[in-house]
Order: sequence, then C-alpha cells, then structure tokens
Amino acid sequence: MPSEKQQEHKDNLTQDAEEIQPDPEVTEQGEEIKEDLDQLLDEIDEILEEDSEEFVENYIQRGGQ
Amino acid sequence: MNRRIYGLENEYGIICTSDRRGGKALSIQNAVMYLFREIISGRMYPDVFLENGARFYQDIGCHPEYATPECDSVTDVVIHDKAGERIIERLSVAAERKMRLDGFLGRISVFKNNTDTPGNTYGCHENYLMERHVSFRQLASQLIPFFVTRQVFAGAGKVKPTNRGKYVISQRAQHIREEISIATTTARGIINTRDEPHADREKYRRLHVIVGDSNMSELATFLKVGTTSIVLRMIEDNFIKKRLALRDSVRAIQQISEDTTCTQQIELESGKRLSAVELQREYLECAKLYFEQEESDADENKIMAAWEYILTCLETDPMQLDRILDWVAKKKLIETYVTQRRLKWDSAKVMMLDLQYHNIRPDRGLYYKLEKKDLVQKMVADKEIENAMHYPPETTRAKFRGRFVKLANERKVLCGVNWSYIQLYEPYQKLYLSTNPFQVDFDEASRMIYSI
Repeated sequence: MPSEKQQEHKDNLTQDAEEIQPDPEVTEQGEEIKEDLDQLLDEIDEILEEDSEEFVENYIQRGGQ
Repeated sequence: MNRRIYGLENEYGIICTSDRRGGKALSIQNAVMYLFREIISGRMYPDVFLENGARFYQDIGCHPEYATPECDSVTDVVIHDKAGERIIERLSVAAERKMRLDGFLGRISVFKNNTDTPGNTYGCHENYLMERHVSFRQLASQLIPFFVTRQVFAGAGKVKPTNRGKYVISQRAQHIREEISIATTTARGIINTRDEPHADREKYRRLHVIVGDSNMSELATFLKVGTTSIVLRMIEDNFIKKRLALRDSVRAIQQISEDTTCTQQIELESGKRLSAVELQREYLECAKLYFEQEESDADENKIMAAWEYILTCLETDPMQLDRILDWVAKKKLIETYVTQRRLKWDSAKVMMLDLQYHNIRPDRGLYYKLEKKDLVQKMVADKEIENAMHYPPETTRAKFRGRFVKLANERKVLCGVNWSYIQLYEPYQKLYLSTNPFQVDFDEASRMIYSI
C-alpha cells in the first residue's frame, strides 16, 4: 500500500503531466542525449565483451614508486 | 616565486593480452621492450630524452614512465602531460604492429591510473621548484592539510574490489602510510622529502609530490597543479597564518577518500571539525586575500575562478561535476552502466570499466569515449598537444635540450643527456652543465652543436 505521502506525490505528478505540454525542441534534445547515451553503452558493451574476469584477474603490476 | 618550474611524471600500467581466447600473453617486461623498440636500438636500457625535452624510461616495477619537460606555466604542464599520453599511445600501436610481424597476435593496453587488481600501486609525481629559504617544517605543516583534502577535486576514483565494490575518491590515498617520509616504494608519505632540484641547490629545492592520483581530465590536472602552486607561493611569502594542522592526517586522507558525499568532517589539532571542502575553502579564502596585494597572472586568475567554482559545486552536489572531475565522471559512467545493464557493483565488468576509463587509446579508453561525445570538458586544443609531442616549451631549459636531442639523433652523435647537463663523448669530450632551468639557451653549447 502506498503511503499517503507517496499517493499525494503521485497525484501531483499525474496532474503536472496533464497540464504541461511537451516542448518539441526540448523533447528532441532529450532524444538526442538518450541516443548518445545508448550508443555509449553499446560501445562499452563492446569493450567489455572480452573476458572481463580474466582480464581483470591478470592485471597485475609490480609496485612502482 | 612568481615564475616556477613544474613537471609531472606518470608511471603507466601495462598489460599484453593474446587475441586468441586462452592464448598465451606476453610478459610485462616483453611488452615494455616492444613499446621502446621504436625509439631505442639494440640492447640499450630503455631510458631516453626526447626531442620535446621530456624523458621516457622504464622505471621501478617495469612501468613505462613519462616525465614532462620543465614547464614554467600550469597550462603547459597540462599540454605536455597529454603529449606524453599521445606519444605512448602511438608507441603502443607501433608495438602491436611489430608483435604481429613477430607472429604474436596480441594487444597492448596502457593505463594511466595508480593501482592494479591485487592492490599494487604506481605513481603520478608532481614536481615544483621552490625557493630554498622556506623552512621545511613550515612547508610540511602548511601543505599536509592541503594535500589531504585536495583529492575532492584531484582524485581519479576507484572501485574497491573488496567491500562490495565500494567507490572511493582517490586511488592513491589507501597507499599513504606516513605524514612525512623519504620512501616512494614502501611507507609512502603525504610529504615526500626527495629533493633533487636539478638546479642551483643553494637557491632552490624541489618539492616532489607523490600523494596524488594520475588524471585523465585536463581540468583536474590543471586544478591539481594550479592550486598547489598558489599554496606554495603563499608559503614562500609566509602568508598563511591560520593553523590548519589535522589531528591524524593519514587517517583523514582515507576517511575523505571513502566519502563520496564530501561531507565527512575531520578533526583539526585545535579540536575544530571541518569537511574537506571547508578546509579547501580556508586555503581559497587565504589566496583571495593574498591576491589582493600580489599580482596574479592569467593562469592564476583561471585557477582561482575554477577553484571557487569547484568548491561551490562540491558543497551542493559533487555529481554536478561529472564533466570536469575524474572521480565524478567515472562514478557517473559506472552508475549509469550498472543501472542500465543490471549489474552488481562488485562484478568483474565493473572492475573492467574502472580500469578501461584510464586506457590511453582513444578507440578503447572510456575517458576518450566521453571526450568524443563531449561529455567531459577539454581545456587545451588537440593541436597544442600534437605540437608538444615534438616541440619543447619555449621558455625553459627544455628548449635547448630538445633541440640538442633532435640534432644528435639526426647526426647520430654519441652523447649523454640529463636534466641538468649535456655531455658529448669522443672526439668532442665536452660537458655542458646547467644550474638554471629558466635559462633557455647556452651560447657556447649551441655553437658546439651546430659545429658538429
């Protein structure tokens, strides 16, 4: 059961969503950022594709200064 | 000192992996040999000065180490530190090509960080030329609280493999054991007492700082070296009157590192309790007063503005600084990835992410992925970095050294080069000593070079 406070918060959110119309420019920007981020995450997937466990385990240096 | 000599030394981590799964990897020693093959021949020990005045060598523990040439501005240090990364990057590409020709299909990864998986450490050392007259006791006592707290903007961040992947601000803090020490490989101190000025010893001392992390972010390097330089200026002029000594500095450096909210209060000797950011503000406010009566140059103005901005952001929400500070940029990147891909913080993938943030290859390193997408803020132009790969700073002794090295390489003259001298062997048999790093040219030595 959501607490009273959470419920109230939720109501506010729904109300806001009904009243505020999306600004197309902002939406576009937001989508661009999301696309960039998705692309970045995909690139990270690629980098991590190699066996991370083995790589990390083998990354042993001798102590330096 | 109004004009100061700066230099950064970075020890890099290196690993060579086979392209085939389960294939045999090359040892670190062999990987480093391949790295140096492009610039040295035969059985020479890998230790050379380059045409940009920098030194590139194999240091203790088999780390490739790049020491920038002497710079006399903080911006130049940032540029030359990046030039070092680019030089090693190109060498690693050439090394992989050579390995392939020798029948080894593998990959060399070079990391600009300070710790490996089991917890060995290697350093990023800062060097500042200082006036000799300052009492060492005063220098140490006024610098220690600054160094303990500077990590809130200079730290490179680290996922600790133990402790369910807890994230700490500094890579190096956990390896600091003493307040003051001469050691660089065992009981490392907040203040290191090595003092080889490579200059007139009566006039100058060298402050060799080993407490800091290696930075990928240009602005983090700029702030790290820049704020330190301003604090040193104030110490040299005996301007800091406040007593900021900490009750337990070694413990404090670790406590601060472990608190990514930057609100943890630490105890001063006076009994007062301040957060790291508040303590930094004490230094900043002191510097503001200092510059009311002393002149500041363009770099110093920029440092002061950035210092204040960073501290203000850290007071409200450190995560705002994800475009500027390494520890924040990396934390945000890992948080996003962990959430999107539903990973645990102590998984091998997260450790790998942490490591790959510091990979110096733009096609593999995550810092460079962020840079390419304009998600981190640059402060120097790529063409300035490219230029610094080949040319020394114009305003220090490095200019002469760089020119000499270039000529000696072209004409295949046998010589010995070091920070403070250049030696020509038979049949010339000459030694040129320099005790002044601010001096750009040596008339006699220059004539000699061109007569070869």
